[in-house]
Amino acid sequence: MKLGSNFWSTVKKKYSIYMILVGLFIVCSLANPNFLSVNNLTNISRQLSVTTILALGATLLIISGMLDLSSGSVLALAGVFAVSTYKATGSLLLALSVGILTGIVCNVINAIMVSTFKAPPFIATLAMLTVARGVALLYTKGQNILQLGKFTELGQGSIGVIPIPIIFLIAIAILTWYLLNHTRFGRSLYAVGGNEEAAIASGINVHKVKYTAFIINGIFVGIAGVLFMSRVNAGLPNGAINYEFTALTAAIIGGTSFSGGIGTVGGTLAGAFIVGFLDNIMNLNNVDSYMQQIVRGTIIALAVIYDIRSRNRRAKATLVKAEDLGADKK
Amino acid sequence: MKENFKLRVSQIEKSFPGVKALDKIDFAVKKGSVHVLCGENGAGKSTLMKIINGIYQPDSGQIYMDEKPVKINNPIQARTLGISMIFQEMSYVPEMTVEENLFLGNLPVKRFGNVNWKEVRRRTKELLLAENLPYSPTTPLKDLTISDIQMLEIIKAISYKSDIIIMDEPTSAITLKEVEKLFVKIRELKARGVSIIYISHKLDEVFQIADDITVLRDGTVVESHPKEELDIETVIALMVGRKLTTTFPKEHVAIGEDMLQVENLNCTNVFHNINFHVKKGEILGFAGLMGAGRTEVMRALFGLDPKTSGVVKIKGKEVTIKNVRQSIDHGMVMLSEDRRRYGIIPMRSVKENTTLSNLKSVFYAYRNHKKVEKKLVSEILNKMRIKTPNIDTPIASLSGGNQQKVVLAKWMIRNPDILILDEPTRGIDVGAKLEIYKLMTDLAKEGKVVIIVSSELPEVIGMCDRIYVMAKGTITGEINRGDFSQELIMRYATGTLTTKGVN
Repeated sequence: MKLGSNFWSTVKKKYSIYMILVGLFIVCSLANPNFLSVNNLTNISRQLSVTTILALGATLLIISGMLDLSSGSVLALAGVFAVSTYKATGSLLLALSVGILTGIVCNVINAIMVSTFKAPPFIATLAMLTVARGVALLYTKGQNILQLGKFTELGQGSIGVIPIPIIFLIAIAILTWYLLNHTRFGRSLYAVGGNEEAAIASGINVHKVKYTAFIINGIFVGIAGVLFMSRVNAGLPNGAINYEFTALTAAIIGGTSFSGGIGTVGGTLAGAFIVGFLDNIMNLNNVDSYMQQIVRGTIIALAVIYDIRSRNRRAKATLVKAEDLGADKK
Repeated sequence: MKENFKLRVSQIEKSFPGVKALDKIDFAVKKGSVHVLCGENGAGKSTLMKIINGIYQPDSGQIYMDEKPVKINNPIQARTLGISMIFQEMSYVPEMTVEENLFLGNLPVKRFGNVNWKEVRRRTKELLLAENLPYSPTTPLKDLTISDIQMLEIIKAISYKSDIIIMDEPTSAITLKEVEKLFVKIRELKARGVSIIYISHKLDEVFQIADDITVLRDGTVVESHPKEELDIETVIALMVGRKLTTTFPKEHVAIGEDMLQVENLNCTNVFHNINFHVKKGEILGFAGLMGAGRTEVMRALFGLDPKTSGVVKIKGKEVTIKNVRQSIDHGMVMLSEDRRRYGIIPMRSVKENTTLSNLKSVFYAYRNHKKVEKKLVSEILNKMRIKTPNIDTPIASLSGGNQQKVVLAKWMIRNPDILILDEPTRGIDVGAKLEIYKLMTDLAKEGKVVIIVSSELPEVIGMCDRIYVMAKGTITGEINRGDFSQELIMRYATGTLTTKGVN
């Protein structure tokens, strides 16, 4: 009997986010017949790919006790650089490389500020948010770059029935999962976020971990920038505003802890899709856009409260278990 | 009514899901007396105190104050009833000043609800003066030592005019001299009719200060007697439910050649001219008062803090250690004194905490070898007798002693040549202490080196082959096992005696 209730509480804790996602999916398909249309679903998935890729980068950073507010701006900068590279050379590969490189450079600067100069990540990446957007606008003189030709294939094309952005997303999600679960870097990331001083005292090179986390985030942001510009068929220096918040929202809803040391790829994916489905169903049902903001904020608040409450409960339950064991020593 | 009991609990029971924490507890404290509560971690001491302080509610049973039944719903109510508690793990805001800390949660207000800072200042000055403490009301807590802060906590408890003060391990972080100060304070309080419930693992102190002693084990009261009817051996036996023959499992081990030599290690303004050596098979002690620089020397040696100059030789070869990784690679590891700050990653599992310093042994060939990791961790947990529900339990939910053993396990799987232990037994129970001592002996038998920094003199005297004593940032004395005595150590530690040419 006790085992049963334990089993269910574990299932509930571990999979509740996925059950919410499935539940939301069912509610959405009932609420609007267009939700399930192939057209709508491919549309959502293309849009979602960009923010979800950002959210995966954000997850890595939040796990290690940092965060990136600059991802939306850097995405735009990487995007416009990639677009103009494509227009100059006609090479998709070169364009993608330039986008990724831009993401890396901006994030190395973030890492220098945060890791080497010990600036709080919030402030450091806030500075980058402003600067990167400024550079993007300066470079394009505030004009959108149009007529991208075949560049749009990355964002709009499909391989078979699967949209190309989704393929990128799947690859990045698998990579992130692999990094977190199967590499020393991943294990160190959790340790650094959980207790940086203890990580240092255990021989972990914290600088290396933080730089690596930012660089990987940079690669993700760069790719997201190329996909975004390609999908909207323009180099928009003013594009992707506030995407960093969507990414953070997805990570938080997915159970990534802002105090560091906790977070999973599955959680973030589910969180990103929950946010995406909600946005989509509200759009389909013509919910006022101001109202949408309120709904979204409320959900963040609820997710955080739920997370804290369940963590407390879990901590108490295991504590008692451990005391039990401590007491029966012979 | 038999005696003049200030506080009495009767048939208290408390269960948490799956475990009975307290089973029919009867416990009574006389007015104006010190009642010591002993028991291993997990025996139920903290749970009982939390019930008395209103943090937990008992499932059944009754609390009486002055033989009148009371119900204590929360710590604020406990305070109004005259009960205050000084917690073992102090939490304070470093930026807060002495006066703010003293009156936190109890700030006197004026008519419009604004704080009466003049009153705060006046009363703080009064209290500081009365207790003869030299700091100003506006000193931020971060400028005080841990023991100063502990004294403040005690003053704070007094300032509530409490009739009952619960002290949970009040001496775990303070020096001998301050312990004496604290005991003077406690005796004063007693004379004023205050009752004190005192929890401690340090049995020699317990016997200095106690009037009555109650031993808890597995959530029940084993025995409760006036101090005169008990002795240390008996109390230990009652606590663990078995008779411990020797407190220190010291064995004679053949001493080999030099393992570690430190020559002229300096760090400006922290320590200077540190020269010492330690041979294979030796257990080396570092004694001294708090702030003598022992921890700082060890941290610099381990690569956690920078040093200005000096030569370190391991197995006769000069080595460069600029960070922890380099030290680990040379076979030298260190258990830090502050477990919560430098030891554990609280929300991560026992497994992850154990393999943290040895990731290469479980991450290779491009993946995490889960079976290898599980086997490695389970083996070391078994060997060190660490109690945990399973290896995926977050380390924060283990008892202090088991957490400490996991941190130690993290280093043991690296099979180190030199193990530095900084206050390894602070705040952990007798059983876990004994196991750590045994481990030290085992390592010495294998020809390894153990360096122990400890403020508990019986521990260094009981376990070490040689002791260096530090005072004011330098080594003032070296004592061989034959000459060990608390008095000699204290004379070096206070700087009243120095050996010339200590190597």
